[in-house]
Amino acid sequence: MDAKISIPRELPVQEIDVYTDTRDLLAHSRREARRKGFEDWLICDIDAHHVETVSWHEIIEYIEDPVVRDQALMYQKERIGAPPYGLNGDLGLRYQDVGGRIPHQSDRREKVTETDVHRDVTLTRRAMEGFACDYMVVFPTPMLFLGMHPQPEMEVWLGRAYNRWLIDKVLSADDRIKTLAYIPFNTPKEAERTVEEFSDAKGVIGFCVTSTRYKPVHHNDYMRLYAMLQERNMPLAFHAGYHWQDPSLMTVNRFLGMHALGFAWCNIVHMTNWVLNGIPERFPNLKSIWVESGLAWVPFLMQRLDDQFLMRPSEAPQLKRLPSDYMREHCWYTSQPMETTNMKALEVTLEMINAETQLLWASDWPHFDFDVPSVIFDLPFLSEQARRNIMGLNAARIFDLKR
Amino acid sequence: METIRIGRIEDFGERDRKVIAHGDVEIGVFRVDGEFYAWHNDCAHRGGPVCQGRLYGRVEEPVAEDGTVGALRYKPGSLNIVCPWHGYEYDIRTGVNQGHPALRLRKAEVQVTNGEVYVVL
Repeated sequence: MDAKISIPRELPVQEIDVYTDTRDLLAHSRREARRKGFEDWLICDIDAHHVETVSWHEIIEYIEDPVVRDQALMYQKERIGAPPYGLNGDLGLRYQDVGGRIPHQSDRREKVTETDVHRDVTLTRRAMEGFACDYMVVFPTPMLFLGMHPQPEMEVWLGRAYNRWLIDKVLSADDRIKTLAYIPFNTPKEAERTVEEFSDAKGVIGFCVTSTRYKPVHHNDYMRLYAMLQERNMPLAFHAGYHWQDPSLMTVNRFLGMHALGFAWCNIVHMTNWVLNGIPERFPNLKSIWVESGLAWVPFLMQRLDDQFLMRPSEAPQLKRLPSDYMREHCWYTSQPMETTNMKALEVTLEMINAETQLLWASDWPHFDFDVPSVIFDLPFLSEQARRNIMGLNAARIFDLKR
Repeated sequence: METIRIGRIEDFGERDRKVIAHGDVEIGVFRVDGEFYAWHNDCAHRGGPVCQGRLYGRVEEPVAEDGTVGALRYKPGSLNIVCPWHGYEYDIRTGVNQGHPALRLRKAEVQVTNGEVYVVL
């Protein structure tokens, strides 16, 4: 045996579980950030999540309607173990953690001793530290299903309560935490009211339509909403989600397959309607952002729509150019979950969407398919300027964030 | 070459581990069926802390002669280490990824001498 024997340090966390501190979980990301000098880079995470249902008892206090608010408060008080009041969704079909293999997706029960801010502020700050990012945009999680609610008014009540709570408890506490406020898209007039009321609220840098819903984004009812957003220079995000009860997915028996298709499918449908109905022609300065569908669907849809459009231009008479031109110049994309098993395909994809100006890095933390900033930094075919743009400068530009 | 003392054999129960740091290097040492295996704590996917993940048997789906399938099961004797970041699964004994065998964990050499477990870097 070698005479010189070293005694190592045991890591404080031997096996990661739902109690592990986010900073320990993301220690390797932080290490990479130090190695790569991210402290000199502007890094913006345009899609991260918190679990709003943990705070549901607080959020329902913000419901405007006094009767519904009382019902919600009584429900939360007296039905121990019941799902959160008013929320639709997938109940127990939440297999994202692959049977406990990915604990940060299962739950986050880490210790939080800070009492000066809401727990979600602390958890968000810890994730930002792990990614070395300067801004983090937070979205809700179970509420991504709210567009499928059988009561459109419930989407209005809960969406509005959530926005108000988020601004009060989370966004007000830290200038680096932002959101794209929830729009109750199934009720267009209320969607307009949301934009009117929250456009100037602290931390609100745009608005969000949860994509899992059966509403045509090109309907005339939405034109005033789009005009309002364009006038305010507020981007509109379509945040993807899955919906296993969608008839087109009901034969898919593996969560893997349903999740892979569902998160792309809803945005494929909305994008098709968005472009073929000429929304970018009608609102050329309205910035749409397509969130959490990955990127591989975009080249497919570009080619598919271009090909069909040239054979049937009379069915999309507003278009003066190819559908892919609108998708490249009027639309922005978040990167996660970035498909990386075929780097040639990824390179072509980034070229097709003009990633240098249109792509925004996103983590989707704390979900099972989250991406670290290095997924962009490590791409060998990008220039340094392109990397800087994608990791933060593009977001700073479209959201007018301080650099 | 550097030798690092991990601990006594008896410090390790069956399926126990020690994940250590030495400078910038992190290593996970595992005891499985009495044998020791050591891997660098960097997932071949995105550099996640793979050695701090959970251990599971490899899931398989037996196919009957008529092509039908029924229940899932854990492959007898198998054991995978699962990266807690994204769920990439590797055979704890070989370091080979379940879904894409070209992906492998980086091995560290283990030596057991006089009841002590060492890793040689």
